[in-house]
Amino acid sequence: MTTLPASTDRSLGLVIDLDTCVGCHACVISCKEWNTSHYGAPLSDIDAYGSEPEGTFLNRIHTFEAVPEAADSPPRVVHFPKSCLHCADAPCVTVCPTGASYKRTEDGIVLVNEDDCIGCGLCAWACPYGAREMDQAAGLMKKCTLCVDRIYNANIPEQDRIPSCVRTCPAGARHFGDLADPTSDVSILLAERGGFDLMPEQGTAPVNKYLPPRDKIDLLAPLLNRTPQAQGGFLGWLDRALTRI
Amino acid sequence: MHPAPSIIAFTVLSGLGFGLIFWLGLGFPYGDGWIAATFCALAIGLTSAGLLSSLAHLGQPTRFLKAFSQWRSSWLSREAVLAVATLATFGVYGALWSTGIRVTPLGMIASILALVTVHCTAMIYAQMRSVPRWRSPFTPAIFLISALAGGALLAGQGVAAAWLLVALAAAQIADWLLGDRRLATSGTTLATATGLGAFGTPRLLEPPHTGGNYLLREMLHVVCRAHARKLRLIGLALAALVPVGLLTALPVGHTVAGVAVLSHVSGMIVIRWLFFAQAEHVVGFYYGRR
Repeated sequence: MTTLPASTDRSLGLVIDLDTCVGCHACVISCKEWNTSHYGAPLSDIDAYGSEPEGTFLNRIHTFEAVPEAADSPPRVVHFPKSCLHCADAPCVTVCPTGASYKRTEDGIVLVNEDDCIGCGLCAWACPYGAREMDQAAGLMKKCTLCVDRIYNANIPEQDRIPSCVRTCPAGARHFGDLADPTSDVSILLAERGGFDLMPEQGTAPVNKYLPPRDKIDLLAPLLNRTPQAQGGFLGWLDRALTRI
Repeated sequence: MHPAPSIIAFTVLSGLGFGLIFWLGLGFPYGDGWIAATFCALAIGLTSAGLLSSLAHLGQPTRFLKAFSQWRSSWLSREAVLAVATLATFGVYGALWSTGIRVTPLGMIASILALVTVHCTAMIYAQMRSVPRWRSPFTPAIFLISALAGGALLAGQGVAAAWLLVALAAAQIADWLLGDRRLATSGTTLATATGLGAFGTPRLLEPPHTGGNYLLREMLHVVCRAHARKLRLIGLALAALVPVGLLTALPVGHTVAGVAVLSHVSGMIVIRWLFFAQAEHVVGFYYGRR
Protein backbone atom coordinates (compact mmCIF):
# COMPACT_ATOMS: atom_id res chain seq x y z
CA MET A 1 0.00 0.00 0.00
CA THR A 2 1.28 3.43 -0.80
CA THR A 3 -0.42 5.06 2.14
CA LEU A 4 2.14 5.77 4.86
CA PRO A 5 1.95 4.03 8.24
CA ALA A 6 0.81 6.37 11.04
CA SER A 7 3.83 5.28 13.06
CA THR A 8 6.55 2.66 12.86
CA ASP A 9 7.74 0.33 15.63
CA ARG A 10 11.34 1.41 15.06
CA SER A 11 12.92 4.13 12.91
CA LEU A 12 16.09 2.60 11.53
CA GLY A 13 18.35 5.08 9.82
CA LEU A 14 21.76 6.66 9.49
CA VAL A 15 23.46 9.48 11.31
CA ILE A 16 26.13 10.99 9.06
CA ASP A 17 28.92 13.02 10.61
CA LEU A 18 29.89 15.89 8.30
CA ASP A 19 32.81 16.65 10.61
CA THR A 20 34.41 13.25 10.15
CA CYS A 21 33.67 12.37 6.51
CA VAL A 22 36.85 12.63 4.46
CA GLY A 23 35.12 12.30 1.08
CA CYS A 24 36.86 9.07 0.09
CA HIS A 25 33.76 7.63 -1.66
CA ALA A 26 34.42 4.18 -0.12
CA CYS A 27 30.77 4.02 0.98
CA VAL A 28 29.68 4.73 -2.61
CA ILE A 29 31.69 1.81 -3.90
CA SER A 30 30.74 -0.65 -1.16
CA CYS A 31 27.09 0.32 -1.58
CA LYS A 32 27.29 -0.28 -5.31
CA GLU A 33 29.03 -3.64 -4.80
CA TRP A 34 26.59 -4.95 -2.21
CA ASN A 35 23.44 -3.70 -3.88
CA THR A 36 24.38 -4.74 -7.40
CA SER A 37 24.83 -8.34 -6.27
CA HIS A 38 21.97 -8.83 -3.81
CA TYR A 39 18.53 -7.21 -3.37
CA GLY A 40 16.59 -6.84 -6.65
CA ALA A 41 17.86 -5.85 -10.08
CA PRO A 42 21.60 -5.03 -10.37
CA LEU A 43 22.77 -1.40 -10.44
CA SER A 44 23.70 -1.11 -14.08
CA ASP A 45 26.44 0.93 -15.69
CA ILE A 46 25.88 2.46 -19.11
CA ASP A 47 28.79 2.99 -21.52
CA ALA A 48 31.11 1.90 -18.70
CA TYR A 49 34.26 1.85 -20.88
CA GLY A 50 33.15 4.49 -23.37
CA SER A 51 33.45 8.25 -23.50
CA GLU A 52 30.34 9.00 -21.44
CA PRO A 53 30.19 6.46 -18.64
CA GLU A 54 27.43 6.65 -16.06
CA GLY A 55 25.60 4.32 -13.77
CA THR A 56 23.04 3.82 -11.06
CA PHE A 57 24.21 4.62 -7.53
CA LEU A 58 22.20 4.69 -4.31
CA ASN A 59 24.70 6.82 -2.44
CA ARG A 60 26.68 9.77 -3.74
CA ILE A 61 29.17 12.14 -2.12
CA HIS A 62 28.97 15.84 -2.92
CA THR A 63 31.57 18.31 -1.66
CA PHE A 64 30.47 21.77 -0.60
CA GLU A 65 32.28 24.75 0.79
CA ALA A 66 30.71 27.24 3.16
CA VAL A 67 32.16 30.71 2.56
CA PRO A 68 32.02 32.85 5.73
CA GLU A 69 31.05 36.54 5.62
CA ALA A 70 34.37 37.70 7.07
CA ALA A 71 36.91 38.10 4.30
CA ASP A 72 39.82 36.73 6.33
CA SER A 73 38.16 33.46 7.39
CA PRO A 74 38.85 30.54 5.10
CA PRO A 75 35.95 28.63 3.55
CA ARG A 76 34.99 25.40 5.29
CA VAL A 77 35.07 22.35 3.04
CA VAL A 78 32.48 19.69 3.84
CA HIS A 79 32.16 16.28 2.20
CA PHE A 80 28.49 15.46 2.02
CA PRO A 81 27.27 11.87 1.59
CA LYS A 82 23.68 11.68 0.38
CA SER A 83 21.40 8.66 0.15
CA CYS A 84 17.75 7.91 0.94
CA LEU A 85 16.72 9.51 4.25
CA HIS A 86 13.85 7.00 4.84
CA CYS A 87 11.50 9.90 5.60
CA ALA A 88 8.61 9.46 8.05
CA ASP A 89 6.41 11.46 5.66
CA ALA A 90 7.91 10.12 2.46
CA PRO A 91 6.46 11.89 -0.62
CA CYS A 92 7.93 9.19 -2.87
CA VAL A 93 5.64 6.56 -1.30
CA THR A 94 2.29 8.30 -1.60
CA VAL A 95 2.73 9.24 -5.28
CA CYS A 96 3.37 5.63 -6.34
CA PRO A 97 0.42 4.47 -8.48
CA THR A 98 1.06 0.73 -8.08
CA GLY A 99 1.90 0.24 -4.41
CA ALA A 100 5.48 -0.76 -5.32
CA SER A 101 6.91 1.91 -3.00
CA TYR A 102 6.17 1.37 0.66
CA LYS A 103 7.38 2.23 4.14
CA ARG A 104 7.72 -0.73 6.49
CA THR A 105 5.74 -0.56 9.72
CA GLU A 106 8.24 -2.66 11.68
CA ASP A 107 11.39 -0.59 11.09
CA GLY A 108 10.44 2.39 8.89
CA ILE A 109 12.62 1.38 5.94
CA VAL A 110 11.34 2.74 2.59
CA LEU A 111 11.55 0.03 -0.07
CA VAL A 112 10.52 -0.65 -3.67
CA ASN A 113 8.85 -3.94 -4.51
CA GLU A 114 10.43 -4.36 -7.93
CA ASP A 115 7.77 -6.83 -9.12
CA ASP A 116 5.17 -4.04 -8.88
CA CYS A 117 7.28 -1.10 -10.17
CA ILE A 118 6.16 0.16 -13.61
CA GLY A 119 9.11 2.54 -13.92
CA CYS A 120 7.01 5.71 -14.21
CA GLY A 121 9.62 7.74 -12.32
CA LEU A 122 7.10 9.76 -10.33
CA CYS A 123 8.65 8.80 -6.97
CA ALA A 124 12.01 10.16 -8.13
CA TRP A 125 10.29 13.43 -9.08
CA ALA A 126 8.65 13.63 -5.67
CA CYS A 127 11.90 13.11 -3.73
CA PRO A 128 13.51 16.51 -3.03
CA TYR A 129 16.86 14.86 -2.22
CA GLY A 130 17.43 12.98 -5.46
CA ALA A 131 17.69 9.73 -3.52
CA ARG A 132 16.02 7.55 -6.14
CA GLU A 133 17.46 6.67 -9.52
CA MET A 134 15.78 4.81 -12.35
CA ASP A 135 18.02 2.00 -13.55
CA GLN A 136 18.45 2.51 -17.29
CA ALA A 137 18.97 -1.18 -18.04
CA ALA A 138 16.22 -2.62 -15.84
CA GLY A 139 13.63 0.17 -16.24
CA LEU A 140 13.01 -0.06 -12.49
CA MET A 141 13.36 2.43 -9.67
CA LYS A 142 16.36 1.79 -7.40
CA LYS A 143 16.94 3.22 -3.96
CA CYS A 144 18.79 2.64 -0.71
CA THR A 145 17.33 -0.35 1.15
CA LEU A 146 19.32 0.44 4.30
CA CYS A 147 20.86 -2.94 3.40
CA VAL A 148 17.73 -4.73 4.59
CA ASP A 149 19.39 -7.91 3.33
CA ARG A 150 22.38 -7.41 5.66
CA ILE A 151 20.93 -6.03 8.89
CA TYR A 152 18.64 -9.05 9.50
CA ASN A 153 20.92 -11.59 7.77
CA ALA A 154 21.75 -14.44 10.17
CA ASN A 155 24.10 -15.99 7.58
CA ILE A 156 26.76 -13.28 7.86
CA PRO A 157 28.95 -12.48 10.91
CA GLU A 158 27.20 -10.25 13.45
CA GLN A 159 29.62 -7.35 12.94
CA ASP A 160 28.56 -7.24 9.27
CA ARG A 161 24.84 -6.88 10.08
CA ILE A 162 24.88 -3.13 9.45
CA PRO A 163 24.51 -1.25 6.15
CA SER A 164 27.41 -1.76 3.78
CA CYS A 165 28.27 1.96 3.74
CA VAL A 166 28.51 2.06 7.54
CA ARG A 167 30.57 -1.14 7.67
CA THR A 168 33.08 0.17 5.16
CA CYS A 169 33.52 3.80 6.25
CA PRO A 170 37.19 4.14 7.25
CA ALA A 171 36.58 7.42 9.09
CA GLY A 172 33.65 6.25 11.21
CA ALA A 173 31.52 9.02 9.77
CA ARG A 174 28.41 6.88 9.34
CA HIS A 175 26.34 5.52 12.21
CA PHE A 176 23.38 3.14 12.02
CA GLY A 177 20.65 2.56 14.58
CA ASP A 178 17.11 3.10 15.79
CA LEU A 179 16.37 6.82 15.89
CA ALA A 180 12.98 6.24 17.54
CA ASP A 181 14.72 4.84 20.64
CA PRO A 182 16.06 7.76 22.74
CA THR A 183 18.56 5.45 24.47
CA SER A 184 20.17 4.15 21.25
CA ASP A 185 23.75 5.16 20.42
CA VAL A 186 22.63 7.15 17.39
CA SER A 187 19.99 9.06 19.37
CA ILE A 188 22.53 9.96 22.06
CA LEU A 189 25.07 11.01 19.43
CA LEU A 190 22.40 13.09 17.73
CA ALA A 191 21.47 14.87 20.96
CA GLU A 192 25.12 15.52 21.91
CA ARG A 193 26.16 16.90 18.54
CA GLY A 194 22.98 18.77 17.57
CA GLY A 195 22.09 16.77 14.47
CA PHE A 196 19.79 18.30 11.88
CA ASP A 197 17.37 17.45 9.05
CA LEU A 198 18.00 18.18 5.37
CA MET A 199 15.39 20.51 3.82
CA PRO A 200 13.09 20.54 6.87
CA GLU A 201 10.77 22.96 5.01
CA GLN A 202 9.89 20.21 2.55
CA GLY A 203 7.92 18.50 5.33
CA THR A 204 9.36 15.04 4.70
CA ALA A 205 10.43 14.41 8.33
CA PRO A 206 13.59 12.51 7.34
CA VAL A 207 14.79 9.75 9.67
CA ASN A 208 18.45 10.07 8.62
CA LYS A 209 20.21 12.95 10.36
CA TYR A 210 23.39 14.91 9.74
CA LEU A 211 25.89 16.09 12.35
CA PRO A 212 27.38 19.56 11.75
CA PRO A 213 31.12 20.16 11.35
CA ARG A 214 32.75 20.85 14.75
CA ASP A 215 34.17 24.26 15.47
CA LYS A 216 37.96 24.46 15.72
CA ILE A 217 38.81 21.02 16.98
CA ASP A 218 42.14 19.71 15.72
CA LEU A 219 41.54 15.98 15.49
CA LEU A 220 45.13 15.26 14.47
CA ALA A 221 46.84 17.05 17.38
CA PRO A 222 46.38 14.33 20.02
CA LEU A 223 47.63 11.73 17.54
CA LEU A 224 50.80 13.70 16.74
CA ASN A 225 51.71 14.65 20.33
CA ARG A 226 51.45 11.16 21.73
CA THR A 227 53.24 10.62 25.06
CA PRO A 228 55.07 7.31 25.13
CA GLN A 229 53.16 4.59 26.95
CA ALA A 230 54.93 2.70 29.78
CA GLN A 231 55.88 -0.64 28.33
CA GLY A 232 55.99 -3.98 30.14
CA GLY A 233 58.23 -7.03 29.69
CA PHE A 234 61.96 -7.07 28.93
CA LEU A 235 61.90 -3.88 26.85
CA GLY A 236 60.08 -2.10 29.67
CA TRP A 237 62.68 -3.24 32.23
CA LEU A 238 65.49 -2.19 29.85
CA ASP A 239 63.85 1.20 29.35
CA ARG A 240 63.52 1.77 33.10
CA ALA A 241 67.03 0.47 33.82
CA LEU A 242 68.66 2.69 31.19
CA THR A 243 66.68 5.70 32.45
CA ARG A 244 68.00 5.14 35.99
CA ILE A 245 71.67 4.95 35.00
CA MET B 1 12.42 18.78 -15.58
CA HIS B 2 12.96 16.75 -18.72
CA PRO B 3 10.24 17.59 -21.29
CA ALA B 4 9.61 14.03 -22.45
CA PRO B 5 7.71 13.99 -25.78
CA SER B 6 5.54 11.13 -24.51
CA ILE B 7 4.34 13.17 -21.52
CA ILE B 8 3.79 16.33 -23.59
CA ALA B 9 1.77 14.33 -26.14
CA PHE B 10 -0.15 12.66 -23.31
CA THR B 11 -1.15 15.86 -21.50
CA VAL B 12 -1.99 17.79 -24.70
CA LEU B 13 -3.92 15.02 -26.50
CA SER B 14 -5.79 13.65 -23.49
CA GLY B 15 -6.56 17.23 -22.40
CA LEU B 16 -8.14 17.90 -25.81
CA GLY B 17 -9.98 14.59 -25.78
CA PHE B 18 -11.40 15.02 -22.28
CA GLY B 19 -12.28 18.63 -23.11
CA LEU B 20 -14.23 17.45 -26.15
CA ILE B 21 -15.93 14.76 -24.03
CA PHE B 22 -17.01 17.54 -21.65
CA TRP B 23 -18.79 19.50 -24.40
CA LEU B 24 -20.26 16.45 -26.13
CA GLY B 25 -21.55 15.15 -22.81
CA LEU B 26 -23.31 18.46 -22.15
CA GLY B 27 -25.17 18.13 -25.43
CA PHE B 28 -23.03 20.28 -27.75
CA PRO B 29 -23.07 20.26 -30.71
CA TYR B 30 -26.51 19.21 -31.90
CA GLY B 31 -26.91 16.39 -34.42
CA ASP B 32 -26.80 12.64 -34.41
CA GLY B 33 -25.96 9.71 -36.66
CA TRP B 34 -22.65 10.17 -38.49
CA ILE B 35 -22.00 13.56 -36.93
CA ALA B 36 -22.33 12.04 -33.46
CA ALA B 37 -20.21 9.01 -34.36
CA THR B 38 -17.46 11.25 -35.82
CA PHE B 39 -17.31 13.52 -32.78
CA CYS B 40 -17.30 10.56 -30.37
CA ALA B 41 -14.60 8.76 -32.35
CA LEU B 42 -12.48 11.94 -32.34
CA ALA B 43 -12.87 12.37 -28.56
CA ILE B 44 -12.12 8.73 -27.77
CA GLY B 45 -9.29 8.66 -30.32
CA LEU B 46 -7.55 11.75 -28.89
CA THR B 47 -7.93 10.55 -25.31
CA SER B 48 -6.75 7.03 -26.09
CA ALA B 49 -3.79 8.30 -28.13
CA GLY B 50 -2.79 10.45 -25.16
CA LEU B 51 -3.12 7.60 -22.69
CA LEU B 52 -1.20 5.22 -24.96
CA SER B 53 1.65 7.70 -25.42
CA SER B 54 1.91 7.97 -21.62
CA LEU B 55 2.73 4.24 -21.60
CA ALA B 56 5.84 5.07 -23.64
CA HIS B 57 7.15 6.91 -20.59
CA LEU B 58 7.13 3.77 -18.43
CA GLY B 59 10.14 1.56 -17.79
CA GLN B 60 7.82 -1.46 -17.53
CA PRO B 61 4.82 -0.58 -19.78
CA THR B 62 3.36 -4.11 -19.71
CA ARG B 63 2.66 -3.77 -16.00
CA PHE B 64 0.40 -0.69 -16.45
CA LEU B 65 -2.65 -2.45 -14.98
CA LYS B 66 -1.01 -2.26 -11.54
CA ALA B 67 -1.38 1.54 -11.74
CA PHE B 68 -5.13 1.24 -11.12
CA SER B 69 -4.67 0.00 -7.54
CA GLN B 70 -3.52 2.97 -5.42
CA TRP B 71 -6.29 5.52 -6.02
CA ARG B 72 -6.54 6.16 -2.27
CA SER B 73 -3.18 7.94 -2.14
CA SER B 74 -1.80 8.49 -5.65
CA TRP B 75 -3.02 11.15 -8.11
CA LEU B 76 -1.50 9.15 -10.97
CA SER B 77 -3.54 6.10 -9.99
CA ARG B 78 -6.69 8.22 -9.58
CA GLU B 79 -6.13 9.64 -13.04
CA ALA B 80 -5.83 6.14 -14.52
CA VAL B 81 -9.03 4.94 -12.81
CA LEU B 82 -11.00 8.07 -13.75
CA ALA B 83 -9.74 8.08 -17.35
CA VAL B 84 -11.07 4.57 -17.86
CA ALA B 85 -14.33 5.40 -16.04
CA THR B 86 -14.78 8.49 -18.25
CA LEU B 87 -14.08 6.58 -21.44
CA ALA B 88 -16.43 3.75 -20.45
CA THR B 89 -19.27 6.13 -19.55
CA PHE B 90 -18.71 8.25 -22.62
CA GLY B 91 -18.45 5.15 -24.82
CA VAL B 92 -21.95 4.05 -23.81
CA TYR B 93 -23.28 7.62 -24.18
CA GLY B 94 -21.63 7.99 -27.59
CA ALA B 95 -22.92 4.64 -28.87
CA LEU B 96 -26.48 5.54 -27.83
CA TRP B 97 -26.15 9.07 -29.26
CA SER B 98 -24.98 7.71 -32.61
CA THR B 99 -28.18 5.69 -32.81
CA GLY B 100 -30.24 8.79 -32.08
CA ILE B 101 -30.80 8.48 -28.31
CA ARG B 102 -29.02 11.21 -26.36
CA VAL B 103 -29.16 10.29 -22.65
CA THR B 104 -28.57 13.62 -20.93
CA PRO B 105 -27.78 12.37 -17.37
CA LEU B 106 -25.23 9.86 -18.73
CA GLY B 107 -23.64 12.62 -20.80
CA MET B 108 -23.41 14.91 -17.79
CA ILE B 109 -21.74 12.16 -15.75
CA ALA B 110 -19.19 11.73 -18.56
CA SER B 111 -18.63 15.52 -18.64
CA ILE B 112 -17.99 15.70 -14.91
CA LEU B 113 -15.74 12.63 -14.97
CA ALA B 114 -13.74 14.15 -17.84
CA LEU B 115 -13.05 17.33 -15.87
CA VAL B 116 -12.16 15.41 -12.71
CA THR B 117 -9.73 13.31 -14.78
CA VAL B 118 -8.00 16.43 -16.13
CA HIS B 119 -7.83 17.77 -12.58
CA CYS B 120 -6.13 14.53 -11.44
CA THR B 121 -3.60 14.83 -14.29
CA ALA B 122 -2.78 18.36 -13.18
CA MET B 123 -2.52 17.34 -9.52
CA ILE B 124 0.22 14.84 -10.39
CA TYR B 125 2.35 17.93 -11.00
CA ALA B 126 0.73 20.41 -8.61
CA GLN B 127 1.32 18.11 -5.61
CA MET B 128 5.12 18.17 -6.07
CA ARG B 129 6.66 20.21 -3.27
CA SER B 130 10.02 19.31 -4.84
CA VAL B 131 9.10 21.39 -7.93
CA PRO B 132 7.98 24.79 -6.56
CA ARG B 133 6.97 26.16 -9.99
CA TRP B 134 4.29 23.46 -10.30
CA ARG B 135 3.01 23.63 -6.74
CA SER B 136 0.28 26.19 -7.29
CA PRO B 137 -3.49 26.35 -7.93
CA PHE B 138 -2.57 27.76 -11.36
CA THR B 139 -1.42 24.31 -12.48
CA PRO B 140 -4.86 22.61 -12.25
CA ALA B 141 -6.55 25.84 -13.37
CA ILE B 142 -4.50 26.01 -16.58
CA PHE B 143 -4.89 22.30 -17.31
CA LEU B 144 -8.68 22.60 -16.88
CA ILE B 145 -9.07 25.84 -18.88
CA SER B 146 -6.90 24.54 -21.72
CA ALA B 147 -8.89 21.28 -21.85
CA LEU B 148 -12.19 23.21 -21.88
CA ALA B 149 -10.91 25.65 -24.53
CA GLY B 150 -9.49 22.93 -26.79
CA GLY B 151 -12.67 20.89 -26.37
CA ALA B 152 -14.83 23.90 -27.22
CA LEU B 153 -12.77 24.55 -30.37
CA LEU B 154 -13.17 20.93 -31.48
CA ALA B 155 -16.88 20.90 -30.61
CA GLY B 156 -17.46 23.99 -32.73
CA GLN B 157 -18.42 26.19 -29.79
CA GLY B 158 -16.78 29.33 -31.16
CA VAL B 159 -17.94 31.91 -28.60
CA ALA B 160 -17.17 29.76 -25.57
CA ALA B 161 -13.83 28.79 -27.10
CA ALA B 162 -12.85 32.43 -27.65
CA TRP B 163 -13.63 33.40 -24.06
CA LEU B 164 -11.88 30.32 -22.66
CA LEU B 165 -8.80 31.03 -24.78
CA VAL B 166 -8.68 34.58 -23.42
CA ALA B 167 -8.93 33.14 -19.90
CA LEU B 168 -6.19 30.62 -20.76
CA ALA B 169 -3.88 33.38 -21.95
CA ALA B 170 -4.52 35.46 -18.82
CA ALA B 171 -3.99 32.53 -16.45
CA GLN B 172 -0.87 31.41 -18.30
CA ILE B 173 0.70 34.88 -18.26
CA ALA B 174 -0.02 35.22 -14.52
CA ASP B 175 1.42 31.75 -13.85
CA TRP B 176 4.59 32.54 -15.78
CA LEU B 177 5.13 35.80 -13.93
CA LEU B 178 4.43 34.29 -10.49
CA GLY B 179 6.09 30.97 -11.33
CA ASP B 180 9.42 32.64 -12.08
CA ARG B 181 9.61 33.58 -8.39
CA ARG B 182 8.28 30.37 -6.78
CA LEU B 183 11.65 28.61 -6.42
CA ALA B 184 13.17 31.64 -4.72
CA THR B 185 10.22 31.99 -2.33
CA SER B 186 9.82 28.24 -1.66
CA GLY B 187 12.12 28.41 1.35
CA THR B 188 14.41 25.69 -0.02
CA THR B 189 17.99 26.82 -0.61
CA LEU B 190 21.39 25.17 -0.65
CA ALA B 191 21.67 26.28 3.00
CA THR B 192 18.59 24.25 4.03
CA ALA B 193 19.58 21.41 1.70
CA THR B 194 22.98 21.02 3.35
CA GLY B 195 22.42 22.53 6.81
CA LEU B 196 25.65 24.48 6.30
CA GLY B 197 24.09 27.95 6.40
CA ALA B 198 25.51 28.58 9.89
CA PHE B 199 29.06 28.33 8.52
CA GLY B 200 28.66 30.80 5.68
CA THR B 201 27.28 30.78 2.16
CA PRO B 202 27.44 27.22 0.86
CA ARG B 203 28.34 26.42 -2.73
CA LEU B 204 29.17 23.25 -4.61
CA LEU B 205 32.91 22.61 -4.67
CA GLU B 206 33.01 19.17 -6.29
CA PRO B 207 30.09 17.31 -7.87
CA PRO B 208 29.72 13.65 -6.82
CA HIS B 209 30.54 12.40 -10.32
CA THR B 210 31.99 13.75 -13.54
CA GLY B 211 29.59 11.88 -15.84
CA GLY B 212 25.84 12.19 -16.17
CA ASN B 213 23.16 10.36 -14.27
CA TYR B 214 19.41 9.84 -14.21
CA LEU B 215 18.86 12.81 -11.89
CA LEU B 216 20.72 15.25 -14.13
CA ARG B 217 18.84 14.07 -17.21
CA GLU B 218 15.40 13.85 -15.62
CA MET B 219 15.33 16.73 -13.12
CA LEU B 220 17.92 19.22 -14.39
CA HIS B 221 17.01 19.67 -18.03
CA VAL B 222 18.24 23.09 -19.14
CA VAL B 223 18.41 22.81 -22.95
CA CYS B 224 16.73 25.74 -24.78
CA ARG B 225 15.71 27.47 -21.53
CA ALA B 226 17.58 30.48 -22.89
CA HIS B 227 14.82 30.87 -25.49
CA ALA B 228 12.03 30.64 -22.93
CA ARG B 229 10.83 34.23 -23.45
CA LYS B 230 10.50 33.80 -27.22
CA LEU B 231 8.88 30.40 -26.78
CA ARG B 232 6.38 31.84 -24.32
CA LEU B 233 5.30 34.45 -26.88
CA ILE B 234 5.14 31.86 -29.67
CA GLY B 235 3.14 29.47 -27.47
CA LEU B 236 0.74 32.17 -26.35
CA ALA B 237 0.21 33.45 -29.91
CA LEU B 238 -0.41 30.00 -31.38
CA ALA B 239 -2.46 28.60 -28.50
CA ALA B 240 -4.72 31.59 -27.82
CA LEU B 241 -4.25 34.74 -29.89
CA VAL B 242 -4.39 33.26 -33.40
CA PRO B 243 -7.47 31.07 -32.68
CA VAL B 244 -9.28 33.97 -30.95
CA GLY B 245 -8.45 36.25 -33.90
CA LEU B 246 -9.69 33.68 -36.42
CA LEU B 247 -12.88 32.99 -34.47
CA THR B 248 -13.80 36.64 -34.05
CA ALA B 249 -12.63 38.11 -37.38
CA LEU B 250 -13.75 35.47 -39.86
CA PRO B 251 -17.04 33.64 -40.48
CA VAL B 252 -16.52 30.29 -38.76
CA GLY B 253 -16.58 27.33 -41.13
CA HIS B 254 -14.75 24.02 -41.14
CA THR B 255 -11.58 25.52 -42.66
CA VAL B 256 -11.27 28.38 -40.19
CA ALA B 257 -12.07 26.08 -37.26
CA GLY B 258 -9.54 23.56 -38.54
CA VAL B 259 -6.77 26.17 -38.73
CA ALA B 260 -7.75 27.46 -35.27
CA VAL B 261 -7.53 23.94 -33.81
CA LEU B 262 -4.15 23.25 -35.43
CA SER B 263 -2.79 26.56 -34.20
CA HIS B 264 -4.14 25.92 -30.68
CA VAL B 265 -2.66 22.41 -30.48
CA SER B 266 0.76 23.60 -31.75
CA GLY B 267 0.71 26.39 -29.17
CA MET B 268 -0.28 24.00 -26.39
CA ILE B 269 2.64 21.74 -27.29
CA VAL B 270 5.00 24.73 -26.91
CA ILE B 271 3.34 25.77 -23.62
CA ARG B 272 3.47 22.22 -22.24
CA TRP B 273 7.11 21.90 -23.32
CA LEU B 274 7.87 25.05 -21.31
CA PHE B 275 5.82 23.69 -18.38
CA PHE B 276 8.34 20.86 -18.04
CA ALA B 277 11.53 22.47 -19.35
CA GLN B 278 11.24 25.52 -17.09
CA ALA B 279 10.31 23.58 -13.94
CA GLU B 280 13.18 23.59 -11.45
CA HIS B 281 13.56 20.58 -9.14
CA VAL B 282 15.10 21.37 -5.75
CA VAL B 283 17.61 18.51 -6.18
CA GLY B 284 19.36 21.01 -8.48
CA PHE B 285 20.70 22.77 -5.38
CA TYR B 286 22.88 19.74 -4.63
CA TYR B 287 24.32 19.89 -8.14
CA GLY B 288 24.76 23.66 -8.30
CA ARG B 289 22.27 23.81 -11.17
CA ARG B 290 18.69 24.89 -11.70
